[in-house]
Amino acid sequence: MSTSKSQADAFKALVNWLREAIREPEQFTLSYAAESSAFVRFNHAKVRQAGQVQQASIGFKLINDGRHADLDITLAGDPEVDVQRLAEGLQQLRETLPLLPQDPYLLLNHNGWQSKNVQDHPLPDTEQVVAEITRAAEGLDMVGFYAAGPISRGFASSSGAFGWHQANSFNFDFSLFHENGQAVKASYAGHDWSSEGFAKRFALAREQLAFLGRPLRTLAPGQYRAYLAPAALEEIMGMLGWGGFSAQSIASKTSPLQKLYAGDSAFSPQVSIDEKVSGSLSPAFSGEGYPRSDLGLIVAGKAGAQMVSSRSAAEYGLTANGAGGGEMPSALNMAAGTLPEAEILKQLGTGLYISNLWYLNYSDQPGARMTGMTRFATFWVENGEIQAPVSTMRFDDSAYSLLGSQLEALTEERELLLSASTYSQRATASALLPGALISKLTLTL
Amino acid sequence: MFDFHPQLKQRFAALRTGAEFFSLRYVRESGQYLSVRKNVAEPPSLSRDEGAMLTVRVNGVEAYAATNDLSQQGLQSALDRAEQQARRLKPHALLDLRDQAVSSDRADYFSPNLDQPFPSLSDCYQLLGAESASVPKDERLVNWQVSIGLTHVEQIYLNSAGAELRQAQRFVYPGLDVTAYDGSDSQTRSLGRENFGQQGGADVISRCGLIGAGPQVADQALQLLLAPNTPQGPRDLLLMPDQMMLQIHESIGHPLELDRILGDERNYAGTSFVKAEDFGHLQYGSKLLNVTFDPDIPEQLASYGHDDDGTAASKQFLIKEGLLLRPLGGALSQFRAGMNGVANSRACGWNRPPIDRMANLNIEPGDQPLAQLIGNIERGIMMSTNRSWSIDDARNKFQFGCEWAQLIENGELKGVVKNPNYRAISAQFWKSLSAVGDANTVKVLGTPNCGKGEPNQVIRVGHASPACVFSNVDVFGGDA
Repeated sequence: MSTSKSQADAFKALVNWLREAIREPEQFTLSYAAESSAFVRFNHAKVRQAGQVQQASIGFKLINDGRHADLDITLAGDPEVDVQRLAEGLQQLRETLPLLPQDPYLLLNHNGWQSKNVQDHPLPDTEQVVAEITRAAEGLDMVGFYAAGPISRGFASSSGAFGWHQANSFNFDFSLFHENGQAVKASYAGHDWSSEGFAKRFALAREQLAFLGRPLRTLAPGQYRAYLAPAALEEIMGMLGWGGFSAQSIASKTSPLQKLYAGDSAFSPQVSIDEKVSGSLSPAFSGEGYPRSDLGLIVAGKAGAQMVSSRSAAEYGLTANGAGGGEMPSALNMAAGTLPEAEILKQLGTGLYISNLWYLNYSDQPGARMTGMTRFATFWVENGEIQAPVSTMRFDDSAYSLLGSQLEALTEERELLLSASTYSQRATASALLPGALISKLTLTL
Repeated sequence: MFDFHPQLKQRFAALRTGAEFFSLRYVRESGQYLSVRKNVAEPPSLSRDEGAMLTVRVNGVEAYAATNDLSQQGLQSALDRAEQQARRLKPHALLDLRDQAVSSDRADYFSPNLDQPFPSLSDCYQLLGAESASVPKDERLVNWQVSIGLTHVEQIYLNSAGAELRQAQRFVYPGLDVTAYDGSDSQTRSLGRENFGQQGGADVISRCGLIGAGPQVADQALQLLLAPNTPQGPRDLLLMPDQMMLQIHESIGHPLELDRILGDERNYAGTSFVKAEDFGHLQYGSKLLNVTFDPDIPEQLASYGHDDDGTAASKQFLIKEGLLLRPLGGALSQFRAGMNGVANSRACGWNRPPIDRMANLNIEPGDQPLAQLIGNIERGIMMSTNRSWSIDDARNKFQFGCEWAQLIENGELKGVVKNPNYRAISAQFWKSLSAVGDANTVKVLGTPNCGKGEPNQVIRVGHASPACVFSNVDVFGGDA
């Protein structure tokens, strides 16, 4: 397994080679992504599938005379082979550029910025973690996934910019199933595995499981008071983040928040949402070479900043603020409210306590109207007391209602949710969110 | 083609392990995504990827290690890591695979027309530019994009039982979308994109209908802007193939995946309303419903000779005359469940392990021409092109939305309506299947974007379907 230092050195070697190889007036940007991951999936409290993945790649952009093209290359980890692949890549891009027209929206950052962040806290041995997990789950129907290891990200440009980000992390994302099919979802994630911390988190999930044994309540479609726990609110934020704050989506009228950014609709003044890169787990620079700024996306319910990539900056006359090509937030930070956690059930009174939502999508995107399902530990509450788990229900409501006219309160306490996503590579996204008390949630099926 | 094969074989032969069985799956992939947005060529996005996954079985316990280092030392090191993990995790293992049979097949598989060159990058940009320029000038048309995605994949599977399986495939994804905006509402109409992908070459672009489509797609976006909302209430629902593919995918494909039924996916993708004991007994749909796993349609996105565990693939009925017969489960799931399945153990790349995936999942055609399907509907709605999908984790309660719809009154197609949505429950919905279109209504479609698994994987799946009619479905529109 490569160490962070050797990976950083290997990346620097490629950057140095490329700086020597390019010919005036060529320019380049080079991003780097690597990880060495232990993956263990569990079913019925046993190891269902275990493995280890070692991968590294570069994202190479060559620019010449206003033309540019991007090439992702998987690296082998052998310096000679990797230089050879980069040389072949350079040749391919040199042959490609003359075939392209000049790009009116090419905008390069000529700043030679420097950034370095290395967190190399030692991670526990996988066998030890598996032993702790299986011991804790003895007698339970536990299903889950443990992912751990170092992640590295780098960036360099022909203008002298250089960024390096490396962090060790783990994420154990799991569910405990009651024999009636109901389940509670939880996770234990970070960079410092503590046996005591894990045992506490697991015990909390185990306590919640006890409530799920009560007879299931089936609700009729209609409108209900509801509390959305932070993990449920994260699903709504994830949907809104999918093009919602993107400068290109807003300009091309495909953003679900186009009415917010047009000033035609607003959220409750309680809602303030930032993209807060500082202090988050994600790199302080984007893959296209801009330092990432902290942004106030929604300020007291009204539209604030947009996520602006370099391309959008050039096309729409905006200032690039470090958003990646997809212009999606990855370090969401929502302002806390005033509802103490201990008061949630009392303030809810009678209604739904929803721990998680699932599979959201739009019913009417310009109206930010979305639908989705309850999933994991949804309870019927009467007079401030949990009565019964609720069978899976579908909601269909506008975000302007859920976070606007029907938003009663946000909780004082917030939860830091670390992404467990592993599509292509382990994600570094996070969200710091409160829970939300809503006076009317529309259930349809 | 397969130029790394001799070296790989040599290195595989030199690997040393104490495992009773081991395999190597090498994948080399190159990609190209080209697009023109509002008459401006976007920079091409190119990719080159290669690596290998080593899998071992030690005392019945399997483990894997994937590596980007394809040297002899790199492969041996990955094999050692996999073996060490299998030994160390044995006390905690869920499965004992000592008695599971392994493949010793040797075969090659190729996409159709693989020997014919794909249009050059210049030719592609010329085509995309012309199509983009064909979108009419109208200030309400605020965004449009034309694109072609192209992926070449070479895979070589070797194992210690002597299997040697090679496949070389080329996947093509043409697409076009246009967004219209009237100062308040916006509507997008598309062709291809996530709804259309096939194996082949330039022929795929032709079959998609991309060439010359700009004006019509733009016109339909404008029509939607002027259209009233879809009325609410029960109607007979005619789904065209580019919505049927999503309907099949979400409410037949995923619930029939055997690993979900065995509980593997309960923490992420979910479970299934179908139980193992339902196979052979459950009437899943009306007598008109015939569903096949079909790897034999050459141009379909997930046609192949063997799956990624080395099992030979063949056409199988999963549902016949509405009766549920067989799950989507590969060799491992079949061994665990003691059931028949299909060859659908698939991985999205060299760095992810094979799991049960859908591959090609199709509805067999019926006997009614499209005109007859429409003619027999008294009060209904025709919906086309998926744009929104949401279904519960057991794949039962769903709500889907489409881009385009037209009302049907007294056997005739009437006006366009916007924001068409419908919702129902899988376990009941397929029983309302009242008519199935003939072979002339079938379209061979597919998407590169099916997500599942821990670690997460996104994979290609194919769906071929005729147009189908469902009775008395709850439909509704939007607020705008």
